[in-house]
Amino acid sequence: MNLRLILRLAVLAFATVVIQQAAISQISIFGVSADVGPLVVMSVGLLAGSMAGAITGFGIGLLVDIVLVQTLGVTSLLYIAIGYWSGRLRELRDPAHGLVPLAMGAAATAFAGVGMALIQFLLGVNAPVSLLLFQQIFITVLVNSLIALPVFTIVRRLIRPTLPDDPRRRRRRAYTTGGLSPLSRPSERLGPIPRSSTR
Amino acid sequence: MHDKQVRRRRAVLGLLVGVSLILLTAYFGESSSSPLHTVQRGVVEVLSPVQEGASKALKPVRDVAGWFSDTLNAKSRSDQLQRQVNTLRAQLARAQAAELQNRQLTKLVGLDNSLGIESYHQVAAHVISRSPTLWYATIEVDKGSDDGVHVNDPVIGDGGLVGRISTVDPTVSVVTLITDHSMAVAAQIQDAGGDTGVLVPAVGDPNQLLVQDLPQSGPFHEAVGQQVVTAGFKAGPLQSLYPPGIPIGQVSNASESDLLNDGQVEVTPAVDLRHLDAVQILTKPHGGTERAQLP
Repeated sequence: MNLRLILRLAVLAFATVVIQQAAISQISIFGVSADVGPLVVMSVGLLAGSMAGAITGFGIGLLVDIVLVQTLGVTSLLYIAIGYWSGRLRELRDPAHGLVPLAMGAAATAFAGVGMALIQFLLGVNAPVSLLLFQQIFITVLVNSLIALPVFTIVRRLIRPTLPDDPRRRRRRAYTTGGLSPLSRPSERLGPIPRSSTR
Repeated sequence: MHDKQVRRRRAVLGLLVGVSLILLTAYFGESSSSPLHTVQRGVVEVLSPVQEGASKALKPVRDVAGWFSDTLNAKSRSDQLQRQVNTLRAQLARAQAAELQNRQLTKLVGLDNSLGIESYHQVAAHVISRSPTLWYATIEVDKGSDDGVHVNDPVIGDGGLVGRISTVDPTVSVVTLITDHSMAVAAQIQDAGGDTGVLVPAVGDPNQLLVQDLPQSGPFHEAVGQQVVTAGFKAGPLQSLYPPGIPIGQVSNASESDLLNDGQVEVTPAVDLRHLDAVQILTKPHGGTERAQLP
């Protein structure tokens, strides 16, 4: 990770937490609020890889726990997993479909909701496991799915200039050249080697 | 080269998970005056001006979203409020007569009125941030110990109980809402029997509360629609955190099986806790009286 990317990710993490707490949390849609935290972490993982995703997840999670005076480490633990696995998906499969962020956003939100519930129960919260809880998590997943694509687009616009290899550019290059970039294939760029020189 | 990258990735992941687990374990086992809590409060204090500024700057966005939401619900809300107005008119007439009678009788027998909300000083505060999770129902307000706010001060807003102060810094405070899993409030149902119980949140639904430990008898159907208020109490030097008579909500469901088996009814909060812009913090209760750490 280069310094410019680190700086941009730090600014992105801070802005995400401030905007989430100051505005988005206070807007109710179908009785729940959207949570852009998992979506931003997922987007960073998909765009910048597993290490950047995990570190951003840790940073945003820790900031959320501090600002909301919650038990430290709970949200960061969940967001590390989201960032890391989003990044691994990109590194292993490199999904190209335009709706991948939507599906990943839904999965990340569901993981964050269920994971938070499990950790709270493990920490000893005296609450019954009710259908209402899963209903609320399900509605949050739906609401977050609706905003997953715009959030991914914003994150991509913010960090794309600092990415060493933007997945979209790499794929476009591969499509137009029929494979790897000509720069990485010197033999083709230079043309066929004359027979006489090979002797 | 590839092995080195894999090793580095795994090391970073292990380090991050390890730090998170250490923080979680250390924080969970600590008291509220311990170093981690102190650092956390310090960071909150430092970040509060930024959050306050962001809250003011983003208010138009919230207002636009709120306008759309209100418009969609306006028709059903209007019908519901009209029915409520009709019911409340009749209740007001009865309440005014009862209040007059109460005042006369109180004077007659010399009852102590110092427990009431009138004996508190009200500090108005703006909400600058709120928690998005189901598990931590908290809001942050722009008033702190510099304005006379203390831990456990009751907080009201929009004519009903909102919660209590759980963390105080010089310029900001954190309010734990009545829908948080850690809350419990002594509550009274304003029916003919005046039954009291303990108000707790229904975890998973931020718009639902439960009054538990009610007497398991009585005309169950009559409880629906009744007002629920804080019970308040005073026993020697000890006093409830909440003054009596603060509206909490309305009984929305009282099934016979719930009342007989668990002694509980469902309550809808009087305050829309998701759209709070300003609250009142009740500070400085009558001097010399120690308040109990009890709901």
